[in-house]
Amino acid sequence: MRTARKHVPALLAAGALAAGLAGCAAGTPGAAGTGSNSSAGASETPTLSGAITVYAAASLKSTFTKLASDFEAKNPGTKITLNFAGSSDLATQITQGAPADVFASADTKNMAKLTDAELIDGAPANFATNVLEIAVPPSNPASISSFADLAKPGVKVVVCAPQVPCGAAAETVEKATGTTLAPVSEESSVTDVLGKVTSGEADAGLVYVTDVKNAGDKVKGIRFAESDQAVNTYPIATVGTSKNKELAAAFIAAVTGSEGKTVLSDAGFGTP
Amino acid sequence: MTFQLDATLAARSFEVSLSLGPAETIAILGPNGAGKSTLLSIISGLLRPDAGKATIGEKVLFDLSADTNIWRAPHTRGTALLAQEALLFPHLSALDNVAFGPRSAGASSAAARETAMHWLSEVDADSLASRRPGQLSGGQAQRVAVARALAADPHLLLLDEPMAALDIHAAPLLRRLLKRVLAGRRAIIITHDILDALMLADRVIVLEGGRITEQGPTREVLEKPRSRFAAGLAGLNLVAGTVSNAGVTTAQGMVVAGHQDESVEPGQDGVAVFPPSAVSVFLTEEHGSPRNSFQVIITDLEPHGDQIRVRAGRLSADITPAASADLGLVPGMSVYFVIKAAAIAIYPA
Amino acid sequence: MHRRSGTGYTGIPAWIYAIAAAGALFVLLPLVAMVARVNWSEFIPLITSESSLTALGLSLRTSAASTASCIVLGVPLALILARSPFPGQRLLRAFVLLPLVLPPVVGGIALLYTFGRQGLLGKSLELAGIQIAFSTTAVVLAQTYVALPFLVVSLEGALRTAGNKYEAVAATLGARPGTVLRRVTIPLVLPGLASGAVLSFARSLGEFGATLTFAGSLQGVTRTLPLEIYLQRETDADAAVALSLLLVAVAVAVVGLSYRRPRLGVAPEGALR
Repeated sequence: MRTARKHVPALLAAGALAAGLAGCAAGTPGAAGTGSNSSAGASETPTLSGAITVYAAASLKSTFTKLASDFEAKNPGTKITLNFAGSSDLATQITQGAPADVFASADTKNMAKLTDAELIDGAPANFATNVLEIAVPPSNPASISSFADLAKPGVKVVVCAPQVPCGAAAETVEKATGTTLAPVSEESSVTDVLGKVTSGEADAGLVYVTDVKNAGDKVKGIRFAESDQAVNTYPIATVGTSKNKELAAAFIAAVTGSEGKTVLSDAGFGTP
Repeated sequence: MTFQLDATLAARSFEVSLSLGPAETIAILGPNGAGKSTLLSIISGLLRPDAGKATIGEKVLFDLSADTNIWRAPHTRGTALLAQEALLFPHLSALDNVAFGPRSAGASSAAARETAMHWLSEVDADSLASRRPGQLSGGQAQRVAVARALAADPHLLLLDEPMAALDIHAAPLLRRLLKRVLAGRRAIIITHDILDALMLADRVIVLEGGRITEQGPTREVLEKPRSRFAAGLAGLNLVAGTVSNAGVTTAQGMVVAGHQDESVEPGQDGVAVFPPSAVSVFLTEEHGSPRNSFQVIITDLEPHGDQIRVRAGRLSADITPAASADLGLVPGMSVYFVIKAAAIAIYPA
Repeated sequence: MHRRSGTGYTGIPAWIYAIAAAGALFVLLPLVAMVARVNWSEFIPLITSESSLTALGLSLRTSAASTASCIVLGVPLALILARSPFPGQRLLRAFVLLPLVLPPVVGGIALLYTFGRQGLLGKSLELAGIQIAFSTTAVVLAQTYVALPFLVVSLEGALRTAGNKYEAVAATLGARPGTVLRRVTIPLVLPGLASGAVLSFARSLGEFGATLTFAGSLQGVTRTLPLEIYLQRETDADAAVALSLLLVAVAVAVVGLSYRRPRLGVAPEGALR
């Protein structure tokens, strides 16, 4: 639904609807303009150039935006285009032929979809971890202080639906602790959970540490020990159809390297 | 129980006052935009005048004087309206359309239908009772509409050109019907057709530019019209001016000689009235007493019965087609209209 | 193009047909593509799963409730807009129509700040013991908000087309305003009211953004069919496609069965002269 809507302006810009449809279907592999800068001229001191498109999970928005601009500053002549969305959306788009050079997923499951389909070059590298945290409105109206508090009667808890990674994580924690939550809503994204908490509709929500950090002082985060039971791992990999694998590999190295670690841990991510 | 109305509405430069006896029918004549429909809208309560008062006997329809502000809603006035279009409610059968008034007045469904059936047979439409308006011809629909208006038992029946939308076969039928049902009723009928005024009305009022320009018993107005509009309706030529011993002198200096009414005195405003059949057409000026001869430019030629009507501005002449052909008349031609003085009636305006 | 005998001159240039065909294709092709993607062997189990049936049932119930709310609120609004001119009428119309062009998620945010716990009315409602957030009522509110303009627009159009001549006649026949409304106005615009109600129902059925933002998503309470599809898409594309097809089928059935060729609000030939 959302993806389809995004395509509409592009279609209109193309003018001819039929041509536009055909273009979308073919996936326009060369659209990123990377063709001319492939590894053909492998010289001894490779100067990076050209452009790549990085598909990254929505939770990586602030960190990857910073990492990409740092990377571009350090390597003049390169251009990193970022596309953020839910990991499963991105995986689906890449399966359908979307012009991605790098894929950074918020879970191993969606990465596995692509490795299974042999769309990934080599083995994905795990570069970050994320754990759940309780997000409450700054005033903490229901006086939540532990995971067990969420199961107290009358507390309005919002979680992700089990179908999405943050919901699956919440379910794992529930099982491990033997606590059964009765959520008032099971949202399909972290953003929706956070929205319900920041607007004060819900007393508490289960989101990732990094989401709480990102939300600033609009919510208060309450860590809980049981979150260890569900550690989410973020893998990154080069997409097989990439026309600039050199640059893709360099960007992945930057993410997994020390500078990447610093930026990621500042944002609340853990190291795998 | 007299109906009395005084109303002014500045936005339409409307200022009319009239009264109507309990069993009197008046016809309102007048050109388009004269304020005829405005009059009915004000009486029925669909349009609010600036000031004025209307009463039926003791019942005040509205009183918008300086210190009072009474305005009765349309549904409490008892002034049923019959328009050019039948406007039968399309979702109701003919019977239920007619029963609408009695139902609204609180009658039971059965009683209302009984009343409705009575009025349907009054207009010879009992066989149409179960039909939907979409299945009725224009004339049938208008007959049902008459029954519907009468079934509401109005104190005053308002008819806004009820025959105008009907074809030439349906109109005479409805006119006869109206003559029958309007007898002994109070009604105001707007019409363009002099026949309606003659057949249906006791009295005519000529409305021009939002004012009454002429009124009186129908026959009298038609025989001796004082307004150009009434003269036109009666099919007569009318020249207005000042009376002198020579006849009527117009503002343009044209003098019309004729037979002067004994009541008319020199210096008075008067009209000279004569039928088109009294006018002869000549190509050259004719002299011979006592005759009027006016040079005119032909504006139009049109058939009129078995005659040709020659129009020249506001005057017209009726001649035979043969004469017209002999003279070779065409619009734009300059000819002379000649009328014997004996055929011209002069009376006060 | 082959014309059936007995049809009249249409006055449409031939190239219009070509573009119209492209337009029709543009609308139909995605539906065909979706049908092609359906896993037919799993179709019945997918759409009859407990979560699907619960979502469908909730969607139908809430859409019916919001259609009723739209009629209750929309008929008076349409009457006021069509019949009695008053200062600020254009402004009122613009605001009533606003949800038509507003992204639904914006509507959801606006509703949140009105009926939410911290909202304009929500605070007082909360004190009175009424909680709207995360309830089925919230879903109905969201759907009514986005669907109301459809009813108002259809009905106002029908009322304007019908004119007020019939009402005037009814009044001179002695019918008080309530009777005129009940026995003349409403029956006259019934086709317009019906098509407005159908459009409202269809719009409610498809409501997604405002519900997601305002009502949340919980099986059997707030998770309507579109929300279920959105969620299923995360894990099970087959289920999402199957449910999408189900929603399309329901929508086509509702619209096709009751939304006939747009008619004027009045009965045609015969009634008028």
